[in-house]
Amino acid sequence: MNVQSGLASEVRQAPRRIEEIDAVVIRFAGDSGDGMQLTGTEFAHAVAVAGHDFSTHPDFPSEIRAPAGSLFGVSGYQIQYSSNPVRTSGDELDVLVAMNPAALKVNHADVKREGLLIVNTGAFTEANLAKAGYASDPLTDGTLDGRRFIGVDITQLTENALSDTGLSKKDSGRCKNYFALGLVLFLYGRPIDREIANVRKKFAKKPTLGEANVLALRAGHAYGEATEPFEVAYRVRARPATPGTYRSLTGNSALAFGFVAAAELSRVPLFLGSYPITPATDILHELSALRHFNVSTFQAEDEIAAICSCIGAAYGGSLALTTTSGPGMALKTEALGLAVMLELPLVIVNVQRGGPSTGLPTKIEQADLLQAVYGRNGECPIPVIAASTPADCFDCAMEAFRIAVEYMTPVILLSDGGIANASEPWRIPDIGSLPKLEVSYRTDPEGFQPYARNANLARPWVRPGTPGMEHRIGGLEKDFLSGAISHNPVNHQRMVEVRATKVEGIANGIPPLRVDGPTSGDLLIIGWGSTHGAIAQAREQATTLGKSVAHVHLRHLNPLPADLGDIIDRYKTILIPELNGGQLRKMLRERYLRDFALLSKVQGRPFKVSEIYDRIIELC
Amino acid sequence: MSHMPEAVALTKRDFESDQEVRWCPGCGDYMILSMVQKTLATLGIRRENFAFISGIGCSSRFPYYLNTYGMHSIHGRAPAIASGLKLARPDLSVWVVTGDGDALAIGGNHFIHAMRRNVDLKIILLNNRIYGLTKGQYSPTSEQGKKTKSTPLGSIDRPFMPASVALGAGATFVARTVDNDLAHMGHVLERAAAHKGTAFVEVLQNCAVFNDGAYAAVTEKATRHDTRLMLEHGKPLLYGKERTKGLRLRGLELEPVTLGGEGITEADLVLHDERGPHATLAMLLAQLELPDFPIPFGVLRAIEAPTHDALNARLREEAHGVKGVGDLGALLNSGETWVIEEAI
Ligand code: SF4
Repeated sequence: MNVQSGLASEVRQAPRRIEEIDAVVIRFAGDSGDGMQLTGTEFAHAVAVAGHDFSTHPDFPSEIRAPAGSLFGVSGYQIQYSSNPVRTSGDELDVLVAMNPAALKVNHADVKREGLLIVNTGAFTEANLAKAGYASDPLTDGTLDGRRFIGVDITQLTENALSDTGLSKKDSGRCKNYFALGLVLFLYGRPIDREIANVRKKFAKKPTLGEANVLALRAGHAYGEATEPFEVAYRVRARPATPGTYRSLTGNSALAFGFVAAAELSRVPLFLGSYPITPATDILHELSALRHFNVSTFQAEDEIAAICSCIGAAYGGSLALTTTSGPGMALKTEALGLAVMLELPLVIVNVQRGGPSTGLPTKIEQADLLQAVYGRNGECPIPVIAASTPADCFDCAMEAFRIAVEYMTPVILLSDGGIANASEPWRIPDIGSLPKLEVSYRTDPEGFQPYARNANLARPWVRPGTPGMEHRIGGLEKDFLSGAISHNPVNHQRMVEVRATKVEGIANGIPPLRVDGPTSGDLLIIGWGSTHGAIAQAREQATTLGKSVAHVHLRHLNPLPADLGDIIDRYKTILIPELNGGQLRKMLRERYLRDFALLSKVQGRPFKVSEIYDRIIELC
Repeated sequence: MSHMPEAVALTKRDFESDQEVRWCPGCGDYMILSMVQKTLATLGIRRENFAFISGIGCSSRFPYYLNTYGMHSIHGRAPAIASGLKLARPDLSVWVVTGDGDALAIGGNHFIHAMRRNVDLKIILLNNRIYGLTKGQYSPTSEQGKKTKSTPLGSIDRPFMPASVALGAGATFVARTVDNDLAHMGHVLERAAAHKGTAFVEVLQNCAVFNDGAYAAVTEKATRHDTRLMLEHGKPLLYGKERTKGLRLRGLELEPVTLGGEGITEADLVLHDERGPHATLAMLLAQLELPDFPIPFGVLRAIEAPTHDALNARLREEAHGVKGVGDLGALLNSGETWVIEEAI
């Protein structure tokens, strides 16, 4: 079917056919100024409220306002929602909404056969076609063959809908994303009342624009209702989820919430020292707006000052946090070494992005694992954990501070560009069910030694201002007990060993790993970080075909969980999919002295389920 | 949350740590350490409420020798660490001890931003115009042409004047003193301690090993009257043994003059003003160099401005005023929520 519609199309009222489906993958794509991220987020909320599970993948250029119509300025927001648990944002698109030729060019190959393309024909001007590098009109030259295509002049229809508002052409152009949202909400049987209320709330300070957006939204919805090509509307069945109150959460918000929870539960102030860097900056934004909690934020002059201010705050007794991404992490390296020597609690979040150097600032990659585990001068062990989903970021934030405080150590928490901005439904926990975080400062001067250690090998946390315990700490090697400068060779070896043993000992407090699938057998997949969803779904698919495949997902990467070795021994083949060149594989090879199969991807994109699935089939 | 002086009887001895002092014999640092210890005892602040943070270099050994809380950190970063500490703990009296390489080379960025923010820190820069700990390379304050191990043909870098860097960065308190004038140093340190905000004190310090005599002109009895301009707020810029020399303004520059000659009287001289609305006069003074001019000592500038730590504390209060005291349950349940009921 290849239906060209638009202004001239017949408007009619007819009974509508509703098709029930299990899952749908939609991508909104347009210029970075087209508001596609907003459209996608709003749509995700709309389906979430209806009880669907979902997963999103925002994909935007690093340029803030790339030239309109350019290929590199295309911004996309993908969502999969379903009546079943959703693990990823989906491999292939059921629906692509393309706001201009560039968005079509960049994205149309991802649409599955028989998939639907909704195209804003109003943007298909000769100039825009040229910018997108189209020699002929893709809407008519056969480019889209095999897919269903509906052309809608969203630009003109939005302008018409807003003709009475007195808005300029330019301003009404800004509302066309709401037209698209209204149209897609219609297509998937979602009411718009909730969305209208949201728009009014969102634009409370700019009511004129708010009402214009409401008009555009209504117009899009009504257009779908009244227009022939949209004869079939779809309904994704609601899914039986665990009862509870839910909200949608991105990884960065979840981290911010988790850190606030750590501060509230421990009754210790949270200090964030940070320097803006994509894709970690939203954590700084979120926490800066939460100063009515026990939170203080400090936008430092650079990445180094950011972590150094945290070292100062930790010394003063705060829960200190710094947030960054790869290049910023590199700059913090020296201060990390100091934190290891000082043995002060500190959490460093690295929201990984494509590297090296500036790399791919807005894209996903997991290539900072070895940097986190090893990347410092000297023998400098630091615990490392990684979040696997947006919602998991909340738990990881609290876990990072648990380790930091219990072991008096800096802790690196890895997230990545995939989960930082992606969102998923989150069952809001009961405050009483959250893990406790006990913090105690030493105040008893009797027998005090700054580097005497407890059962965890942690030294006491003594805050300046405590009478009778004045002492000096620093980056020079220190005496095993007193912490005074020591150049004694035997003492240095002892200190190197005790710092390593302390971090190794964290493994004792890690709960047993969860194995999904058979407890022994042909294939075990070991994953870490944001690849969780794609691995889990690929495993499920393979299992339905009768394959014996298990999956273990690591939160703790340094130290590794104590039971990992035993688990590994129970499988014939082990596959490690990573969005890097094989960094976890390198670590596990070294640790367990066996070989592991690798699935490596470094394209700035997450794994497709099919990529992991195909590798599983190759291996068993 | 400013620090309230408390009635505590402390002496210099209370501030001496048990660590053996390891500077070279004859190093100016000894005199500075002694004067800092003496001054701390007079401030009415309990010993445990002092924290001294340093970076790397000869000067940065300082905290080890003071029986207060202290941290010997990494090169150039002390102002950033101290800022974090002071923001987290406004109740503490936080000091930074640094050097010309530490503060102005590797740590230049943190240095200027500390000045700009006006966190309530006391920053003492021991300026010996050389790298001591790495055994004698030129520093960012070394004079042009200086021959060192890394500049055998003479340095081609133009030097920083630390006080003008601080002023340029918006410092609210800038003073200069010299290691061998204990009384003057004591006075300047007291003024710095009393200042609310970042107080920057440059101490001209003799490195007896790698740059001995760098400040001989201002420390030798024979010459120092003619080479030092002792600043006093509200007083004319007078110097010289008989106090017959002075500085007057010519256009936008200072000009050395002799009283009596050409009918010049004290009334023609510039009056020192620490508190002008702009740092213009302080900047003119900060840039004066021998041999054409005397070196100004004392407080170049001291103005009142809200401290960063006080403003930070106020933000919390304002947030409480607007949003109430944060409630974790409400936060987690904020935004759009939906309820999945027991069996759908
Ligand atoms: S090298 Fe110079 S500055 Fe360093 S301790 Fe020796 S005399 Fe003092």
